[in-house]
Amino acid sequence: MIYFDNAATTFLKKEVLDEMMPYLTEEYGNPSSIYRHGQKAQMALIRARETVAKALNADPREIYFTGSGSEADNWAIKGAAFRNRKKGNHIITSSIEHHAVLHTCEYLEKQGFQITYLPVDEYGLVSVEDVKKAITDETILITIMFANNEIGTIQPIKEIAQMAGEKGILFHTDAVQAVGALPIDVKDLGVDMLSLSAHKFNGPKGVGALYIRKGVVIDNLIHGGGQERGKRASTENVAGIVGLAKAIELATSNIEEKSKKITALRDKVIKGVLERVPDCRLNGHPTMRLPNNANFSFKYIEGEGLLLLLDANGICASSGSACTSGSLDPSHVLLAIGLDHETAHGSLRISLSEFNTEEEVDKFLEVLPAVVQRLRDMSPLYDKR
Amino acid sequence: MIYSEKVMDHFTNPRNVGEIPDANAVGEVGNAKCGDIMRMYMKIEDNIIKDVKFKTFGCGAAIATSSMATELVKGKTIDEALKLTNKAVVEALEGLPDVKIHCSVLAEEAIKAAIDDYYKRQGLEPVSGISENSDHHHDGHSGDEE
Repeated sequence: MIYFDNAATTFLKKEVLDEMMPYLTEEYGNPSSIYRHGQKAQMALIRARETVAKALNADPREIYFTGSGSEADNWAIKGAAFRNRKKGNHIITSSIEHHAVLHTCEYLEKQGFQITYLPVDEYGLVSVEDVKKAITDETILITIMFANNEIGTIQPIKEIAQMAGEKGILFHTDAVQAVGALPIDVKDLGVDMLSLSAHKFNGPKGVGALYIRKGVVIDNLIHGGGQERGKRASTENVAGIVGLAKAIELATSNIEEKSKKITALRDKVIKGVLERVPDCRLNGHPTMRLPNNANFSFKYIEGEGLLLLLDANGICASSGSACTSGSLDPSHVLLAIGLDHETAHGSLRISLSEFNTEEEVDKFLEVLPAVVQRLRDMSPLYDKR
Repeated sequence: MIYSEKVMDHFTNPRNVGEIPDANAVGEVGNAKCGDIMRMYMKIEDNIIKDVKFKTFGCGAAIATSSMATELVKGKTIDEALKLTNKAVVEALEGLPDVKIHCSVLAEEAIKAAIDDYYKRQGLEPVSGISENSDHHHDGHSGDEE
Protein backbone atom coordinates (compact mmCIF):
# COMPACT_ATOMS: atom_id res chain seq x y z
CA MET A 1 0.00 0.00 0.00
CA ILE A 2 1.19 3.49 -0.86
CA TYR A 3 -0.19 5.86 1.75
CA PHE A 4 -0.49 9.41 0.40
CA ASP A 5 -3.21 10.61 2.78
CA ASN A 6 -1.20 11.80 5.75
CA ALA A 7 -3.31 14.94 6.09
CA ALA A 8 -6.25 12.65 6.92
CA THR A 9 -4.37 10.69 9.56
CA THR A 10 -1.05 8.96 10.18
CA PHE A 11 0.04 5.66 11.67
CA LEU A 12 0.97 5.41 15.31
CA LYS A 13 4.75 5.20 15.65
CA LYS A 14 6.12 2.19 17.51
CA GLU A 15 8.06 4.43 19.92
CA VAL A 16 4.82 6.28 20.68
CA LEU A 17 2.87 3.10 21.34
CA ASP A 18 5.69 1.87 23.60
CA GLU A 19 5.39 5.03 25.70
CA MET A 20 1.62 4.65 25.87
CA MET A 21 1.48 0.96 26.63
CA PRO A 22 2.11 1.06 30.41
CA TYR A 23 -0.77 3.52 30.82
CA LEU A 24 -3.09 1.27 28.83
CA THR A 25 -2.19 -1.69 31.02
CA GLU A 26 -0.70 -1.79 34.53
CA GLU A 27 -0.46 1.98 35.16
CA TYR A 28 -4.18 2.51 34.95
CA GLY A 29 -4.51 4.72 38.03
CA ASN A 30 -6.60 7.87 37.95
CA PRO A 31 -4.29 10.91 38.04
CA SER A 32 -6.66 12.59 40.51
CA SER A 33 -6.19 9.80 43.07
CA ILE A 34 -3.93 10.44 46.01
CA TYR A 35 -2.27 7.01 46.31
CA ARG A 36 0.95 6.27 44.50
CA HIS A 37 -0.78 4.27 41.75
CA GLY A 38 -2.66 7.40 40.75
CA GLN A 39 0.28 9.72 41.28
CA LYS A 40 2.35 7.77 38.73
CA ALA A 41 -0.25 8.72 36.15
CA GLN A 42 -0.19 12.30 37.44
CA MET A 43 3.59 12.40 36.98
CA ALA A 44 3.19 11.14 33.42
CA LEU A 45 0.78 14.01 32.71
CA ILE A 46 3.23 16.55 34.13
CA ARG A 47 6.05 15.22 31.96
CA ALA A 48 3.81 15.15 28.89
CA ARG A 49 2.72 18.75 29.44
CA GLU A 50 6.36 19.83 29.74
CA THR A 51 7.27 18.02 26.54
CA VAL A 52 4.42 19.58 24.57
CA ALA A 53 5.20 23.03 25.99
CA LYS A 54 8.83 22.67 24.99
CA ALA A 55 7.90 21.66 21.44
CA LEU A 56 5.87 24.87 21.03
CA ASN A 57 8.11 27.14 23.16
CA ALA A 58 5.25 27.58 25.61
CA ASP A 59 4.97 27.31 29.36
CA PRO A 60 3.54 23.97 30.60
CA ARG A 61 0.73 25.90 32.30
CA GLU A 62 -0.36 27.12 28.88
CA ILE A 63 -1.03 23.62 27.53
CA TYR A 64 -4.50 22.07 27.95
CA PHE A 65 -5.18 18.58 26.68
CA THR A 66 -8.43 17.92 24.83
CA GLY A 67 -10.19 14.99 23.20
CA SER A 68 -9.31 16.13 19.66
CA GLY A 69 -8.29 18.99 17.43
CA SER A 70 -11.97 19.67 16.75
CA GLU A 71 -12.60 20.00 20.48
CA ALA A 72 -9.67 22.40 20.82
CA ASP A 73 -11.13 24.55 18.00
CA ASN A 74 -14.63 24.43 19.49
CA TRP A 75 -13.33 25.33 22.92
CA ALA A 76 -11.11 28.20 21.77
CA ILE A 77 -13.84 29.81 19.66
CA LYS A 78 -16.91 29.22 21.81
CA GLY A 79 -14.95 29.86 24.99
CA ALA A 80 -13.58 33.18 23.73
CA ALA A 81 -16.94 34.20 22.27
CA PHE A 82 -19.02 33.52 25.37
CA ARG A 83 -16.36 34.94 27.71
CA ASN A 84 -16.24 38.24 25.83
CA ARG A 85 -19.88 38.60 24.89
CA LYS A 86 -20.20 41.80 26.86
CA LYS A 87 -17.26 43.32 25.00
CA GLY A 88 -18.63 42.56 21.56
CA ASN A 89 -20.24 40.01 19.30
CA HIS A 90 -18.09 40.02 16.20
CA ILE A 91 -15.70 37.27 15.10
CA ILE A 92 -13.45 37.22 12.04
CA THR A 93 -12.48 33.99 10.31
CA SER A 94 -11.71 32.86 6.77
CA SER A 95 -13.85 31.07 4.22
CA ILE A 96 -11.38 28.17 3.96
CA GLU A 97 -11.24 27.05 7.58
CA HIS A 98 -11.74 23.42 8.57
CA HIS A 99 -15.35 22.56 9.40
CA ALA A 100 -14.38 22.37 13.09
CA VAL A 101 -13.97 26.15 12.89
CA LEU A 102 -16.56 27.01 10.22
CA HIS A 103 -19.42 25.04 11.74
CA THR A 104 -18.56 26.37 15.21
CA CYS A 105 -18.79 29.89 13.82
CA GLU A 106 -22.10 29.05 12.13
CA TYR A 107 -23.38 27.78 15.47
CA LEU A 108 -22.33 31.04 17.12
CA GLU A 109 -24.18 32.99 14.44
CA LYS A 110 -27.34 31.24 15.62
CA GLN A 111 -26.45 32.39 19.15
CA GLY A 112 -26.43 36.00 17.99
CA PHE A 113 -22.77 36.51 17.10
CA GLN A 114 -21.77 38.14 13.84
CA ILE A 115 -19.15 36.37 11.81
CA THR A 116 -17.06 37.73 8.95
CA TYR A 117 -15.85 34.98 6.62
CA LEU A 118 -12.91 36.54 4.80
CA PRO A 119 -12.32 35.60 1.18
CA VAL A 120 -8.96 34.26 0.02
CA ASP A 121 -7.00 34.88 -3.17
CA GLU A 122 -6.51 32.33 -5.95
CA TYR A 123 -3.77 30.62 -3.92
CA GLY A 124 -5.88 30.41 -0.78
CA LEU A 125 -4.11 33.26 1.05
CA VAL A 126 -5.91 35.48 3.53
CA SER A 127 -4.90 39.12 3.20
CA VAL A 128 -3.70 40.80 6.40
CA GLU A 129 -5.18 44.02 5.04
CA ASP A 130 -8.61 42.33 4.71
CA VAL A 131 -8.42 41.19 8.32
CA LYS A 132 -7.57 44.72 9.41
CA LYS A 133 -10.47 46.20 7.42
CA ALA A 134 -12.93 43.67 8.86
CA ILE A 135 -12.20 44.70 12.46
CA THR A 136 -14.95 46.67 14.17
CA ASP A 137 -15.45 47.94 17.73
CA GLU A 138 -17.37 44.73 18.33
CA THR A 139 -14.59 42.35 17.24
CA ILE A 140 -13.59 39.99 20.05
CA LEU A 141 -11.84 37.17 18.20
CA ILE A 142 -9.94 36.45 15.02
CA THR A 143 -9.47 32.80 14.08
CA ILE A 144 -7.41 31.93 11.00
CA MET A 145 -5.94 28.52 10.29
CA PHE A 146 -2.16 28.09 10.22
CA ALA A 147 -2.12 25.96 7.08
CA ASN A 148 -5.00 24.68 5.01
CA ASN A 149 -5.80 20.98 5.21
CA GLU A 150 -6.85 20.65 1.57
CA ILE A 151 -4.57 22.88 -0.47
CA GLY A 152 -1.75 23.33 2.06
CA THR A 153 -1.53 27.12 1.84
CA ILE A 154 0.31 28.63 4.81
CA GLN A 155 -1.23 31.84 6.15
CA PRO A 156 0.65 34.93 7.37
CA ILE A 157 -0.14 34.00 10.97
CA LYS A 158 2.56 36.08 12.62
CA GLU A 159 1.44 39.29 10.89
CA ILE A 160 -2.22 38.67 11.69
CA ALA A 161 -1.43 37.78 15.31
CA GLN A 162 0.66 40.91 15.70
CA MET A 163 -2.05 43.11 14.26
CA ALA A 164 -4.72 41.48 16.45
CA GLY A 165 -2.47 41.95 19.48
CA GLU A 166 -2.03 45.65 18.77
CA LYS A 167 -5.80 46.05 18.64
CA GLY A 168 -6.33 43.99 21.78
CA ILE A 169 -8.30 41.29 19.96
CA LEU A 170 -7.83 37.61 20.77
CA PHE A 171 -6.22 35.56 18.02
CA HIS A 172 -6.67 31.80 17.63
CA THR A 173 -5.12 29.56 15.00
CA ASP A 174 -6.11 26.03 14.03
CA ALA A 175 -2.63 24.53 13.58
CA VAL A 176 -3.79 20.93 13.24
CA GLN A 177 -2.04 20.50 9.87
CA ALA A 178 0.98 22.61 10.78
CA VAL A 179 2.20 21.06 14.03
CA GLY A 180 4.83 18.49 13.21
CA ALA A 181 5.16 19.81 9.66
CA LEU A 182 6.47 23.32 10.35
CA PRO A 183 8.53 24.73 13.22
CA ILE A 184 6.14 26.47 15.61
CA ASP A 185 7.09 28.93 18.31
CA VAL A 186 3.99 30.36 19.97
CA LYS A 187 5.94 33.21 21.61
CA ASP A 188 7.52 34.29 18.34
CA LEU A 189 4.18 34.03 16.54
CA GLY A 190 2.35 35.94 19.25
CA VAL A 191 -0.81 33.85 19.03
CA ASP A 192 -3.25 33.72 21.97
CA MET A 193 -4.56 30.24 21.26
CA LEU A 194 -3.43 27.37 19.05
CA SER A 195 -5.12 24.00 18.39
CA LEU A 196 -3.35 20.75 17.58
CA SER A 197 -4.21 17.08 17.13
CA ALA A 198 -1.96 14.08 17.88
CA HIS A 199 -3.02 11.73 15.10
CA LYS A 200 -1.78 14.11 12.42
CA PHE A 201 1.84 13.57 13.53
CA ASN A 202 1.97 9.84 14.25
CA GLY A 203 0.30 10.08 17.63
CA PRO A 204 -2.92 8.39 18.73
CA LYS A 205 -6.42 9.42 17.67
CA GLY A 206 -8.76 10.96 20.21
CA VAL A 207 -6.36 13.40 21.79
CA GLY A 208 -5.45 17.00 21.04
CA ALA A 209 -4.37 20.12 22.84
CA LEU A 210 -5.15 23.79 23.06
CA TYR A 211 -2.41 26.29 23.84
CA ILE A 212 -3.87 29.21 25.77
CA ARG A 213 -1.44 32.05 26.38
CA LYS A 214 -0.98 33.02 30.00
CA GLY A 215 -3.40 35.78 30.90
CA VAL A 216 -6.00 34.78 28.32
CA VAL A 217 -9.22 33.60 29.93
CA ILE A 218 -11.96 31.77 28.06
CA ASP A 219 -15.11 30.00 29.19
CA ASN A 220 -15.05 26.25 29.71
CA LEU A 221 -16.51 23.94 27.10
CA ILE A 222 -16.59 20.68 29.08
CA HIS A 223 -18.01 21.16 32.57
CA GLY A 224 -17.43 18.68 35.35
CA GLY A 225 -14.44 17.80 37.52
CA GLY A 226 -11.40 19.92 38.18
CA GLN A 227 -9.02 18.37 35.64
CA GLU A 228 -6.75 20.54 33.51
CA ARG A 229 -6.63 23.14 36.27
CA GLY A 230 -10.38 23.38 36.28
CA LYS A 231 -10.56 24.28 32.60
CA ARG A 232 -11.47 20.99 30.99
CA ALA A 233 -13.30 18.32 32.92
CA SER A 234 -12.88 14.58 32.19
CA THR A 235 -10.61 11.96 33.66
CA GLU A 236 -7.48 12.45 31.62
CA ASN A 237 -6.76 10.20 28.66
CA VAL A 238 -3.36 9.45 30.18
CA ALA A 239 -2.14 7.03 27.53
CA GLY A 240 -3.32 9.36 24.76
CA ILE A 241 -1.67 12.39 26.35
CA VAL A 242 1.59 10.51 26.87
CA GLY A 243 1.36 9.42 23.23
CA LEU A 244 0.71 12.97 22.03
CA ALA A 245 3.78 14.17 23.93
CA LYS A 246 6.06 11.47 22.55
CA ALA A 247 4.73 12.04 19.05
CA ILE A 248 5.25 15.80 19.15
CA GLU A 249 8.74 15.31 20.54
CA LEU A 250 9.63 12.99 17.66
CA ALA A 251 7.87 15.12 15.06
CA THR A 252 9.60 18.35 16.08
CA SER A 253 13.10 16.89 16.34
CA ASN A 254 15.01 17.34 13.06
CA ILE A 255 12.02 19.15 11.64
CA GLU A 256 14.11 21.16 9.17
CA GLU A 257 15.81 18.10 7.74
CA LYS A 258 12.57 16.13 7.51
CA SER A 259 10.77 19.02 5.94
CA LYS A 260 13.51 19.31 3.31
CA LYS A 261 13.15 15.66 2.38
CA ILE A 262 9.34 15.79 2.21
CA THR A 263 9.40 19.04 0.23
CA ALA A 264 11.67 17.41 -2.35
CA LEU A 265 9.23 14.50 -2.68
CA ARG A 266 6.28 16.89 -2.91
CA ASP A 267 7.96 18.89 -5.65
CA LYS A 268 8.64 15.69 -7.54
CA VAL A 269 4.93 14.85 -7.30
CA ILE A 270 3.91 18.33 -8.46
CA LYS A 271 6.37 18.47 -11.34
CA GLY A 272 5.59 14.91 -12.41
CA VAL A 273 1.83 15.33 -12.39
CA LEU A 274 1.83 18.67 -14.21
CA GLU A 275 4.18 17.25 -16.85
CA ARG A 276 2.35 13.98 -17.39
CA VAL A 277 -1.32 14.87 -17.17
CA PRO A 278 -2.77 17.43 -19.60
CA ASP A 279 -5.59 19.78 -18.52
CA CYS A 280 -4.45 19.72 -14.92
CA ARG A 281 -3.74 22.48 -12.41
CA LEU A 282 -2.04 22.76 -9.05
CA ASN A 283 -4.33 24.12 -6.34
CA GLY A 284 -2.85 26.23 -3.56
CA HIS A 285 0.27 28.35 -3.41
CA PRO A 286 3.30 27.23 -5.45
CA THR A 287 5.72 27.80 -2.54
CA MET A 288 3.87 28.95 0.58
CA ARG A 289 2.41 25.51 1.17
CA LEU A 290 2.85 22.65 3.59
CA PRO A 291 5.93 20.54 2.76
CA ASN A 292 3.72 17.46 2.41
CA ASN A 293 0.77 18.79 0.42
CA ALA A 294 0.04 18.65 -3.30
CA ASN A 295 -3.46 19.29 -4.61
CA PHE A 296 -4.51 19.04 -8.24
CA SER A 297 -7.62 19.46 -10.34
CA PHE A 298 -8.06 17.31 -13.40
CA LYS A 299 -10.59 18.64 -15.85
CA TYR A 300 -13.50 16.54 -17.17
CA ILE A 301 -13.48 13.95 -14.38
CA GLU A 302 -14.85 13.52 -10.89
CA GLY A 303 -12.63 12.83 -7.91
CA GLU A 304 -14.29 9.81 -6.37
CA GLY A 305 -13.76 7.62 -9.41
CA LEU A 306 -10.12 8.70 -9.37
CA LEU A 307 -9.73 7.66 -5.72
CA LEU A 308 -11.35 4.27 -6.37
CA LEU A 309 -9.06 3.55 -9.31
CA LEU A 310 -5.98 4.71 -7.39
CA ASP A 311 -7.07 2.47 -4.54
CA ALA A 312 -7.35 -0.43 -6.98
CA ASN A 313 -3.66 0.28 -7.68
CA GLY A 314 -2.83 0.32 -3.97
CA ILE A 315 -2.62 4.10 -3.62
CA CYS A 316 -4.52 5.95 -0.86
CA ALA A 317 -5.31 9.62 -1.52
CA SER A 318 -8.24 11.99 -1.09
CA SER A 319 -10.39 14.42 -3.03
CA GLY A 320 -12.53 17.49 -2.52
CA SER A 321 -15.33 16.22 -4.73
CA ALA A 322 -18.90 16.32 -3.47
CA CYS A 323 -19.20 12.59 -3.89
CA THR A 324 -16.46 11.90 -1.40
CA SER A 325 -17.99 14.16 1.21
CA GLY A 326 -21.55 12.91 0.89
CA SER A 327 -22.77 16.46 0.31
CA LEU A 328 -24.00 18.17 -2.82
CA ASP A 329 -21.22 20.72 -3.16
CA PRO A 330 -17.55 20.11 -3.73
CA SER A 331 -14.98 21.41 -1.26
CA HIS A 332 -15.66 24.92 0.09
CA VAL A 333 -11.91 25.54 -0.07
CA LEU A 334 -11.66 24.84 -3.80
CA LEU A 335 -14.71 27.00 -4.50
CA ALA A 336 -13.22 29.79 -2.34
CA ILE A 337 -10.04 29.91 -4.45
CA GLY A 338 -12.25 30.47 -7.47
CA LEU A 339 -12.55 27.04 -9.07
CA ASP A 340 -15.82 26.31 -10.87
CA HIS A 341 -17.81 23.34 -9.60
CA GLU A 342 -16.71 21.04 -12.39
CA THR A 343 -13.00 21.67 -11.75
CA ALA A 344 -13.49 21.40 -7.99
CA HIS A 345 -15.19 18.00 -8.41
CA GLY A 346 -12.09 16.68 -10.17
CA SER A 347 -9.59 17.33 -7.40
CA LEU A 348 -6.96 15.08 -5.88
CA ARG A 349 -5.03 15.68 -2.68
CA ILE A 350 -1.72 13.96 -2.11
CA SER A 351 -0.32 14.37 1.42
CA LEU A 352 3.07 12.82 2.08
CA SER A 353 5.09 11.88 5.12
CA GLU A 354 8.74 11.29 5.94
CA PHE A 355 8.05 7.59 5.41
CA ASN A 356 7.11 7.93 1.75
CA THR A 357 9.78 7.14 -0.82
CA GLU A 358 10.88 8.19 -4.30
CA GLU A 359 9.84 4.76 -5.54
CA GLU A 360 6.31 5.30 -4.29
CA VAL A 361 6.16 8.64 -6.05
CA ASP A 362 7.45 7.00 -9.25
CA LYS A 363 4.76 4.31 -9.04
CA PHE A 364 2.08 6.96 -8.49
CA LEU A 365 3.32 9.01 -11.45
CA GLU A 366 3.22 5.90 -13.59
CA VAL A 367 -0.33 4.93 -12.55
CA LEU A 368 -2.01 8.35 -12.47
CA PRO A 369 -2.01 9.38 -16.16
CA ALA A 370 -3.64 6.11 -17.23
CA VAL A 371 -6.25 6.32 -14.49
CA VAL A 372 -7.14 9.91 -15.40
CA GLN A 373 -7.31 9.02 -19.09
CA ARG A 374 -9.55 6.04 -18.39
CA LEU A 375 -12.08 8.27 -16.62
CA ARG A 376 -11.79 10.95 -19.31
CA ASP A 377 -12.55 8.39 -21.99
CA MET A 378 -15.82 7.72 -20.16
CA SER A 379 -16.65 11.39 -19.65
CA PRO A 380 -19.10 13.29 -21.85
CA LEU A 381 -17.32 16.53 -20.84
CA TYR A 382 -14.08 15.32 -22.40
CA ASP A 383 -15.75 15.18 -25.85
CA LYS A 384 -17.00 18.73 -25.51
CA ARG A 385 -13.59 20.19 -24.67
CA MET B 1 -19.86 4.44 2.72
CA ILE B 2 -19.15 1.08 1.19
CA TYR B 3 -19.97 -0.05 -2.34
CA SER B 4 -21.23 -3.54 -3.05
CA GLU B 5 -19.06 -5.88 -5.09
CA LYS B 6 -21.49 -5.52 -7.96
CA VAL B 7 -21.14 -1.73 -7.94
CA MET B 8 -17.34 -2.05 -7.90
CA ASP B 9 -17.52 -4.54 -10.76
CA HIS B 10 -19.65 -2.20 -12.89
CA PHE B 11 -17.42 0.74 -11.98
CA THR B 12 -14.13 -0.98 -12.74
CA ASN B 13 -15.43 -2.89 -15.78
CA PRO B 14 -18.26 -0.75 -17.04
CA ARG B 15 -20.44 -2.35 -19.73
CA ASN B 16 -21.41 -0.44 -22.86
CA VAL B 17 -19.13 2.58 -22.42
CA GLY B 18 -18.73 4.78 -25.45
CA GLU B 19 -20.75 6.30 -28.23
CA ILE B 20 -22.89 5.02 -31.10
CA PRO B 21 -22.00 7.07 -34.19
CA ASP B 22 -25.32 6.39 -35.92
CA ALA B 23 -27.44 6.55 -32.79
CA ASN B 24 -31.04 7.56 -33.38
CA ALA B 25 -31.64 8.43 -29.72
CA VAL B 26 -29.37 10.49 -27.46
CA GLY B 27 -30.28 11.73 -24.00
CA GLU B 28 -28.25 13.67 -21.47
CA VAL B 29 -29.16 14.42 -17.86
CA GLY B 30 -27.46 15.97 -14.85
CA ASN B 31 -25.01 18.84 -14.75
CA ALA B 32 -21.38 19.42 -13.98
CA LYS B 33 -22.21 21.65 -11.02
CA CYS B 34 -23.60 18.71 -9.11
CA GLY B 35 -20.85 16.45 -10.28
CA ASP B 36 -22.76 14.02 -12.47
CA ILE B 37 -23.66 14.04 -16.16
CA MET B 38 -24.92 10.96 -17.97
CA ARG B 39 -25.29 10.75 -21.72
CA MET B 40 -27.01 7.72 -23.28
CA TYR B 41 -26.83 6.73 -26.94
CA MET B 42 -29.29 4.25 -28.43
CA LYS B 43 -29.84 2.54 -31.72
CA ILE B 44 -33.53 1.73 -31.87
CA GLU B 45 -34.99 -0.47 -34.61
CA ASP B 46 -38.51 -1.90 -34.79
CA ASN B 47 -39.27 -0.54 -31.35
CA ILE B 48 -36.34 -2.50 -29.91
CA ILE B 49 -33.21 -1.05 -28.34
CA LYS B 50 -30.68 -2.88 -30.48
CA ASP B 51 -27.68 -1.13 -28.96
CA VAL B 52 -27.03 1.28 -26.11
CA LYS B 53 -23.89 3.03 -24.89
CA PHE B 54 -23.12 5.66 -22.31
CA LYS B 55 -20.67 8.33 -21.29
CA THR B 56 -20.70 9.54 -17.71
CA PHE B 57 -18.95 12.24 -15.71
CA GLY B 58 -19.42 11.35 -12.09
CA CYS B 59 -18.54 9.24 -9.13
CA GLY B 60 -18.19 5.46 -8.96
CA ALA B 61 -21.91 5.02 -8.39
CA ALA B 62 -22.78 7.25 -11.34
CA ILE B 63 -20.63 5.12 -13.62
CA ALA B 64 -21.91 1.83 -12.16
CA THR B 65 -25.59 2.83 -12.41
CA SER B 66 -25.08 3.99 -16.02
CA SER B 67 -23.48 0.66 -16.82
CA MET B 68 -26.22 -1.35 -15.13
CA ALA B 69 -29.02 0.68 -16.70
CA THR B 70 -27.64 0.05 -20.18
CA GLU B 71 -27.46 -3.67 -19.41
CA LEU B 72 -31.05 -3.67 -18.22
CA VAL B 73 -32.49 -2.01 -21.35
CA LYS B 74 -30.32 -3.54 -24.06
CA GLY B 75 -32.43 -5.70 -26.37
CA LYS B 76 -35.65 -4.59 -24.69
CA THR B 77 -38.62 -2.87 -26.31
CA ILE B 78 -39.14 0.84 -25.76
CA ASP B 79 -42.11 0.11 -23.52
CA GLU B 80 -40.07 -2.23 -21.38
CA ALA B 81 -37.22 0.30 -21.14
CA LEU B 82 -39.62 3.06 -20.10
CA LYS B 83 -40.71 0.88 -17.21
CA LEU B 84 -37.14 0.75 -15.84
CA THR B 85 -37.11 2.28 -12.39
CA ASN B 86 -34.18 3.53 -10.36
CA LYS B 87 -35.14 0.93 -7.80
CA ALA B 88 -34.57 -1.84 -10.31
CA VAL B 89 -31.11 -0.41 -11.04
CA VAL B 90 -30.30 -0.30 -7.32
CA GLU B 91 -31.50 -3.87 -6.84
CA ALA B 92 -29.52 -5.14 -9.80
CA LEU B 93 -26.43 -3.52 -8.25
CA GLU B 94 -27.16 -5.21 -4.92
CA GLY B 95 -27.74 -1.90 -3.22
CA LEU B 96 -26.30 1.60 -3.17
CA PRO B 97 -25.34 3.80 -0.22
CA ASP B 98 -28.17 6.24 0.63
CA VAL B 99 -26.20 9.27 -0.52
CA LYS B 100 -25.80 7.61 -3.95
CA ILE B 101 -29.44 6.79 -4.65
CA HIS B 102 -29.66 9.94 -6.79
CA CYS B 103 -27.23 8.32 -9.24
CA SER B 104 -29.77 5.57 -9.92
CA VAL B 105 -32.46 8.20 -10.45
CA LEU B 106 -30.19 9.89 -12.93
CA ALA B 107 -29.64 6.58 -14.76
CA GLU B 108 -33.40 6.02 -15.05
CA GLU B 109 -33.81 9.56 -16.35
CA ALA B 110 -30.99 9.17 -18.85
CA ILE B 111 -32.74 6.16 -20.42
CA LYS B 112 -36.02 8.10 -20.60
CA ALA B 113 -34.30 11.18 -22.01
CA ALA B 114 -32.81 9.08 -24.81
CA ILE B 115 -36.20 7.54 -25.63
CA ASP B 116 -37.79 11.01 -25.59
CA ASP B 117 -35.18 12.10 -28.08
CA TYR B 118 -36.10 9.13 -30.26
CA TYR B 119 -39.76 10.08 -30.15
CA LYS B 120 -38.94 13.66 -31.03
CA ARG B 121 -36.86 12.54 -33.98
CA GLN B 122 -39.80 10.40 -35.10
CA GLY B 123 -42.09 13.43 -34.88
CA LEU B 124 -43.94 11.95 -31.91
CA GLU B 125 -44.82 13.42 -28.55
CA PRO B 126 -42.24 12.57 -25.88
CA VAL B 127 -43.85 10.41 -23.23
CA SER B 128 -41.61 10.40 -20.22
CA GLY B 129 -41.54 14.11 -19.52
CA ILE B 130 -37.80 14.12 -18.86
CA SER B 131 -36.21 17.07 -20.59
CA GLU B 132 -32.58 17.31 -21.62
CA ASN B 133 -30.12 18.51 -19.00
CA SER B 134 -32.59 17.85 -16.26
CA ASP B 135 -31.27 19.12 -13.00
CA HIS B 136 -34.10 17.98 -10.79
CA HIS B 137 -31.64 15.93 -8.78
CA HIS B 138 -30.49 19.21 -7.25
CA ASP B 139 -32.93 18.45 -4.51
CA GLY B 140 -32.58 14.75 -4.93
CA HIS B 141 -29.65 14.20 -2.59
CA SER B 142 -31.78 13.34 0.37
CA GLY B 143 -31.56 9.71 -0.59
CA ASP B 144 -35.29 9.08 -0.37
CA GLU B 145 -36.03 8.76 -4.04
CA GLU B 146 -36.11 5.02 -3.98
